[in-house]
Amino acid sequence: MSNIKKAFENGKAFIPFITCGDPDLDTTEAAVREMVKNGADLIELGIPFSDPTAEGPVIQGANLRALEGGVTTDKIFELVKRIRKDIDTPMVFMTYANVVYSYGTDRFLAACAGTGIDGLILPDVPYEEKEEFLPACHKHGVDLVSLIAPTSKNRIAMIAKEAEGFLYIVSSLGVTGMRSKITTDLDSIIEVVRANTDIPCAIGFGISTPEQARKMADLSDGAIVGSAIIKILEQYGTEAPGHIGEYVRSIKEAIS
Amino acid sequence: MTNTRGRFGDHGGQYIPETLMNAVIELEEAYDHFKEDPDFNRELTTLLNEYAGRPSRLYYAEKMTKDLGGAKIYLKREDLNHTGAHKINNVLGQALLAKKMGKTRLIAETGAGQHGVATATAAALMDMECVVFMGEEDTRRQALNVYRMKLLGAEVIPVKTGTATLKDAVSEAMREWTSRISDTHYCLGSVMGPHPFPTIVRDFQAVISREIKAQMLEKEGRLPDVVMACVGGGSNAIGTFYDFIDDKEVRLIGCEAAGRGIDTFETAATIATGKPGIFHGMRSYFCQDEYGQIAPVYSISAGLDYPGIGPEHAYLHDTGRAEYVPVTDEEAVRAFEYLAVTEGIIPAIESSHALAHAIKIAPDMDKEKLVVITVSGRGDKDCAAIARYRGEDIHE
Repeated sequence: MSNIKKAFENGKAFIPFITCGDPDLDTTEAAVREMVKNGADLIELGIPFSDPTAEGPVIQGANLRALEGGVTTDKIFELVKRIRKDIDTPMVFMTYANVVYSYGTDRFLAACAGTGIDGLILPDVPYEEKEEFLPACHKHGVDLVSLIAPTSKNRIAMIAKEAEGFLYIVSSLGVTGMRSKITTDLDSIIEVVRANTDIPCAIGFGISTPEQARKMADLSDGAIVGSAIIKILEQYGTEAPGHIGEYVRSIKEAIS
Repeated sequence: MTNTRGRFGDHGGQYIPETLMNAVIELEEAYDHFKEDPDFNRELTTLLNEYAGRPSRLYYAEKMTKDLGGAKIYLKREDLNHTGAHKINNVLGQALLAKKMGKTRLIAETGAGQHGVATATAAALMDMECVVFMGEEDTRRQALNVYRMKLLGAEVIPVKTGTATLKDAVSEAMREWTSRISDTHYCLGSVMGPHPFPTIVRDFQAVISREIKAQMLEKEGRLPDVVMACVGGGSNAIGTFYDFIDDKEVRLIGCEAAGRGIDTFETAATIATGKPGIFHGMRSYFCQDEYGQIAPVYSISAGLDYPGIGPEHAYLHDTGRAEYVPVTDEEAVRAFEYLAVTEGIIPAIESSHALAHAIKIAPDMDKEKLVVITVSGRGDKDCAAIARYRGEDIHE
């Protein structure tokens, strides 16, 4: 059984995102520990990329700060190893195709398995291109998480049928970032998802308040929050982990 | 790999967010339909001939030929097209296609501003809304083109992220497209990005090589020995090469921007210094570090200042069918000045990279050899920047 499934066994799942190395890896590690302590069910760790085309300004800023701080893929694997010594909460990487490809796809996934990463999200790899990464993911027992967008329509069933780990439902058009309102007809998307797979699905993009998180978790199996957490890091820097913990608790309570 | 769509050997593909997948599939279907449609083709040919001024001249550069003392040199004058560059060929095709698809809004990235100006022009002509993304650094280097786009009714959005140049403009245009798809066509300006763009843009630019071939046969009764062009993403180069790819005796040379030299970090020569990667929707060669972080490239030419190269060029390089050579800022600037005084033609600084390489190799070639260099654009836009490069400050 995929370790990711465990994240969905404790009621609705809360999935916080953090860009590794923003502003440094010690802060990331402390923030992850706070997230776990305060009820995070699955942690999405971002490996920064120089040109993150699916991100809005907030996460773009985090990528930039992390890279300027000198973080690298190897240092992030070291971080995961440290966290895994005493934390068994499922964790997935979120990064871009070139970060994996340039590291050597097989070598990258071997390192994921070796350090205890359970899944991989690549926002610039759609269904049509997943064969580039899937064999190495399977070989090393890492789930390749698929995304479904508001524009997916006739593609939803096809994507859902082959989904593994969990399905990432993109709530809105556009890039990541906080939104005051989510207007996509998510009900009908999730109806098609349910008809085609037993894999859990969580909604992300644009969620920041506990109310939004509750609404999205009610529709699905969980809520993913990224930019709102990065905002806390932007504001508090190395002092952010405590604040992130409080925020995670407020969201987890709202969706439980 | 399972997806063979839009592949050139290992290169190409569709590495884009799921949000855009139906948009590129819809575009591919529309293109496959309209490219065979006689009415569409008639309309496009009329636009190219009557509006853009095609066919462009194939000019025998007699003074340059005599001065260099080697191969006979012809210039393919894309600089004489309406809006002053080859970019209009692709833009008229894509704008017409977008219109047929029911789109009312065009978005585009631009480096030097030539593609932005061409898109703004087509949007004005076809009554479409137009938004152009341009790196903030480039809006300074190419202030005149910013004004032209605004004059044509387009909105110009300066992109401040990353290196604030062409790659960041592409990223921002992609982000904009994911947020507004239903009425918007992304009019990509080069043979890059996800399938079907590299194919569509190539097909619309292939008119350059079809004309060169016909004009050469008329003037010389045979094919040229060498055709060459500058390469950033590579649209004028693929346009220049395409009809000659099966004519194995014709040498194809692409000239990349080496900036301050390929042994420095201030370069944009992707074939010379890049390695395989996946970025901006395609697998190809990219300038990047060991962890796959895209390099902040540099060239004096805003149009060639891009860390990647179109996937078909990557394939032509892999197979050895085309050669790619680096040309420095200094060499390009000298060629810019050389063509002005020798032939009375001021070429774009982009095109000057191809001219510079011709100046290097032509003297050693036999007098019977025929060389065609595509002058992809005119250089008015570059005068202020070149003056600055030479230490002269002029105010436009």
